[in-house]
Amino acid sequence: MSIRVENISKRFGGFQALHPLSLEIPDGELIGLLGPSGSGKTTLLRIIAGLETADSGQIFFHGEDVTRVHVRERRVGFVFQHYALFRHMTVAENVAFGLEVMPKAERPPAAEIRKRVANLLEMVQLGHLAQRYPAQLSGGQKQRVALARALAMQPQVLLLDEPFGALDAKVRKDLRRWLRNLHDELHFTSVFVTHDQEEALELSDKVVVMSAGRIEQMDSPPQLYARPESRFVFEFLGHVNVLEGEVNNSRLQQGEAWVNLPRSVADGSAQLCLRPHEVRLQAQPDASANLPLQISAVSLIGAEVRIELEPIGWQVAEPWEVGISHNAYNAWQPMRGDRCFAVPELGHLFTPEQTAPQTLHWLQEAQSLPKMPPRLQQVI
Amino acid sequence: MRTQSHLRIGDQPWVKWSLITLALTLVFLLLLVPLIAIFVQAFSGGVSSYWQNLTDRYTLHAIGLTLFVAALTVPINLVFGVFLAWLVTRFEFPGRKLLITLIDIPFAVSPVVAGLLYLLLYGANGWIGSRLMDQDVQLMFAWPGILMVTVFVTCPFVARELIPLMQQQGREEEEAGVTLGASGWQLFRRVTLPNIQWALLYGVVLTNARAVGEFGAVSVVSGNIRGETNTLPLHVELLYQDYNTVGAFTSASLLAGIALLTLFVKSFVEWRQARQRAALSEDEA
Repeated sequence: MSIRVENISKRFGGFQALHPLSLEIPDGELIGLLGPSGSGKTTLLRIIAGLETADSGQIFFHGEDVTRVHVRERRVGFVFQHYALFRHMTVAENVAFGLEVMPKAERPPAAEIRKRVANLLEMVQLGHLAQRYPAQLSGGQKQRVALARALAMQPQVLLLDEPFGALDAKVRKDLRRWLRNLHDELHFTSVFVTHDQEEALELSDKVVVMSAGRIEQMDSPPQLYARPESRFVFEFLGHVNVLEGEVNNSRLQQGEAWVNLPRSVADGSAQLCLRPHEVRLQAQPDASANLPLQISAVSLIGAEVRIELEPIGWQVAEPWEVGISHNAYNAWQPMRGDRCFAVPELGHLFTPEQTAPQTLHWLQEAQSLPKMPPRLQQVI
Repeated sequence: MRTQSHLRIGDQPWVKWSLITLALTLVFLLLLVPLIAIFVQAFSGGVSSYWQNLTDRYTLHAIGLTLFVAALTVPINLVFGVFLAWLVTRFEFPGRKLLITLIDIPFAVSPVVAGLLYLLLYGANGWIGSRLMDQDVQLMFAWPGILMVTVFVTCPFVARELIPLMQQQGREEEEAGVTLGASGWQLFRRVTLPNIQWALLYGVVLTNARAVGEFGAVSVVSGNIRGETNTLPLHVELLYQDYNTVGAFTSASLLAGIALLTLFVKSFVEWRQARQRAALSEDEA
C-alpha cells in the first residue's frame, strides 16, 4: 500500500516539530527516516500511524484520505523502540492480542488464532518461548515478539520507531538482515526511524534525511552518499574533512594550505569537503594541492586503517581523517608525529550562494566511473 | 587513607544491639501493649459480657452504618482515583501539575477542619445547605454528610498509589494496544488494569481502613445521634463517656481487628507489588 504525506506540519507548544512537508512512499518499499534527535522523524512516523494528529495536511493510504481515520481503524503495524510488550501476558498472548480484541463477528475462531500465533512465532524463530513472559526474554527476542505481534494483523503498512535502537551491535546487525529478508518476502510497505546512518543506508530502498522538522533529501542510499544536496546531508552521512578558505583564480587557499580546483569557480569564500576515502596521503605535495598535515592518531581496527591528522600552518574545526588499506599501512608504516601531505581525488565544494555542492574530480578515471565508498559496494 | 578498620558503619555489636533494644522497647510500649490492652479490657467481663455488648442494638447499628459508609466510599474513590490517575498520567493539559498537588489537600488539611468546612457549606445555615433545605434535602447530621466527609478524607489514597506506577509504566503499551485495534474499554480491561491491579488493591485497602476508622471529620458532621448517625469510632467515644468501659473496648476491639486484617492484606499486596516491581526493573535492564 502506497503512502502519501501532504503538507503535514506539527507544533508542540512553542516548538515546531514539523514544518509543512510532503512525501511519497511507493507500494512495497522499505523507507528509512534518518535524522538527529529532535529532527521530527518519530513525530512524522507517529502521524502516519495516527498516534499523533497533525496540525495541517493530509495522509493518504493507497490514494485514500486517512487523515481523520482513528489509529484503531488505520490497520498499521507499529513497532515501538522499547518494544511495548504487554508485560502481564505471555509471548503467545501478546501475539494473539490483536486477533482477540476483534469484534466477535470478524474474530477468527480460537483454534484458528492459536494456529496463526504458532505460525507467526515460528516465523520469528521464537516458537519455543511461547509461554514465557516478556521479562524473561532478551532485547532481541522482545523486539521479534513485537514484530510478530504487529504482523499478526497482516498490516499492509509496517511502521518501526528506532526498532534496533536499544539493542547491542551484534544483535542489531542480525535483526536488520532478518527484517530486510522478511520485508522482501511479505512485501508490505515499511517505514522505519533511525538515527544510525549505517542502518539507514544498509536497510532502506530509499532514505529520507530529516533535520529540524524538514526533509533535507530523499534518495536511494548510493545517490544520497554520492550526491548529497546539502551540507547537512553531507556531514550527517559520515566523517568529512573540511578546507575552508578563499577562492582566487580557481585556487582555494587558507594559510599555507591550497588546492587547485579542476574546474573554474567564481572567486569568494568556499568550503571543500572530502570524505576520508577520497583523499590520498603522500610524502610530498602534488601540483594539484599543498595540504601539510601531521599524524595525531592511527587506529588499526576495522576494514581500513584510520589516520587522524592535524593541519600544519592552517586551521580546521575538526581534525582530518583519512582511511588507508592495511596493505598500504604495512608498506608505509606511518607513526604518530609523522608529517605528510593530503591530495584530494574527489570532493564537494560548497559556496555561500548555493545550497547544493559542486562535485569536483581530480583524477581522470574518477570522471568516467564515479567512485563508490567500499561500505556501499558491500550493500549493492 | 588508612585502612584501620574492617568494620563498616554500624557494624560494631554494641551499636547494633542497643539500637535493636531501643526499637523493640518502643514498639512494645507504644504499639503492642495498647493493642493487647484493648482485647484484655474488652474481655474483662468474660466472653458472654463481650457478646452482650457486641449485640447491643446501638452497637449493631454503629457497625452497620460504618460498613455501609465504607461500602459506598471504597467504590466511589476507586473509580475517582483511577480516573484521576489516568487523567494526570496519560494527558498533557494546562493545570496538570496543580491538579496533582490538589489531590493531596485531604492529607494536608486536618479532618476536623474538613468536617467544619462541610458543615459551613452544606449545613442548614450554609451557603449550599440552606438551598438544599428548601428542597427538603438534609446532608449534615445524616448519613450523606458522613459519606461526603469520608470520601473527602480518603480520596487521595487510590490516586496516590496509581500515579507513580502509571507514570513509570508509560503509555506505550496502551498505544501498542490501540494500534492493534483495541477499543478504549478493551485497553483498560486487558492492558491497563492488569498492570495496576496490585497498586489499586493497595489503595483500596488503605481507603477502606481509613473510611472505617475516620473520627475527626465524621464527629463534626454526624451529630452523634445514637442509632442514627453514630459510626463505630464515635460509638467507642460515646460508650466511654457513659463510663461503659467494657462496651467501649468491645467496639474498639472490632476496629482493632479490622486494622489487623488490613495490615495482613496490606503486607500481602506489598509483597506482590515488590515482585511485580522486580519483574519490571528486570524488564528495563
